[in-house]
Amino acid sequence: MQKPSQQEKTAIARAFTEALPHCRALGMEMLSVGEGEAAIAMDYDPRFVGDPKTGVIHGGAVSALMDTCCGAAVMSHPRAPSITATIDLRIDYMRPATPGQKIVARATCYNVTRSVAFVRAVATDEDESRPVATATGTFTADHALAARHGEEKP
Amino acid sequence: MSRRPEPVQVVKERRDAALAALAGSIPYAGFLGIRFERMGDELTALLPYDEKLIGNPVLPALHGGVTAAFLEVTAIVGLAWTHLWEEIESGRIDARHLGAENLPALPRTIDFTVDYLRSGLPRDAYARATITRSGRRYASVRVEAWQDNRARPHAQAVGHFLMPAREGRKAP
Repeated sequence: MQKPSQQEKTAIARAFTEALPHCRALGMEMLSVGEGEAAIAMDYDPRFVGDPKTGVIHGGAVSALMDTCCGAAVMSHPRAPSITATIDLRIDYMRPATPGQKIVARATCYNVTRSVAFVRAVATDEDESRPVATATGTFTADHALAARHGEEKP
Repeated sequence: MSRRPEPVQVVKERRDAALAALAGSIPYAGFLGIRFERMGDELTALLPYDEKLIGNPVLPALHGGVTAAFLEVTAIVGLAWTHLWEEIESGRIDARHLGAENLPALPRTIDFTVDYLRSGLPRDAYARATITRSGRRYASVRVEAWQDNRARPHAQAVGHFLMPAREGRKAP
């Protein structure tokens, strides 16, 4: 099998993310993906609330959004294989997301070594000037594993 | 002077009612299907397997976000429980009339870091939180999650939390 083209990788990343049962359960919508960058939106839903007194979305739902978005950014990176897994992910919560508003995560895969991809992400609600959360993570970039699945090394 | 100990059933009912009120107050924990089991004051979180928790359907594996959320819920409930325990055992809060409206405010996450140690298998997961520091304003918590084998955790996390201001507490 040939190494997938950038368009194909983008299509794979989009199809893959949309096929994940948990992403469907959270209603995630891929806004854009490609060249190591991804943006995914998640609508407000009362089922995802962490504290009923405030109506603020639970940090865990934000984590799921960040993790998915970071993974998609890695998969779409030209030097990363299209198979990846999270090694670690740190989320900093800047402020509570405003109840009722959609949350958008934007991730950038800014470096890929022979075995690791480095990613950072920002989540915002409708007030894009004040981030809700930021994330930094490392993901696997296992070219040998990808090769066993029929993908050529870039 | 000795006081007659309370009947065991009364003690259990009070503690179980408080835990049910606390765990039931988090909609997202209910959405994921997270439950808590109690032995004395020690809690174990349970995440029964469900198809909607799957991230990679090819492997299949639990979504990393599910594992992160499970660990974070375990940490928050663990912290809140420690404080609630003191309140109900001292009699300051009556567990029989505890609902979402009169529960103490929940801790708020400052940051949360998850290490993914192994792929999350498509089966039940368990987690326990350890409070490594509990201050007046900030708390640090360590959480570990496992599936079949307690000695082989599939994820661990550390987090920092902002504790709610509590009534009747003296300034330092």
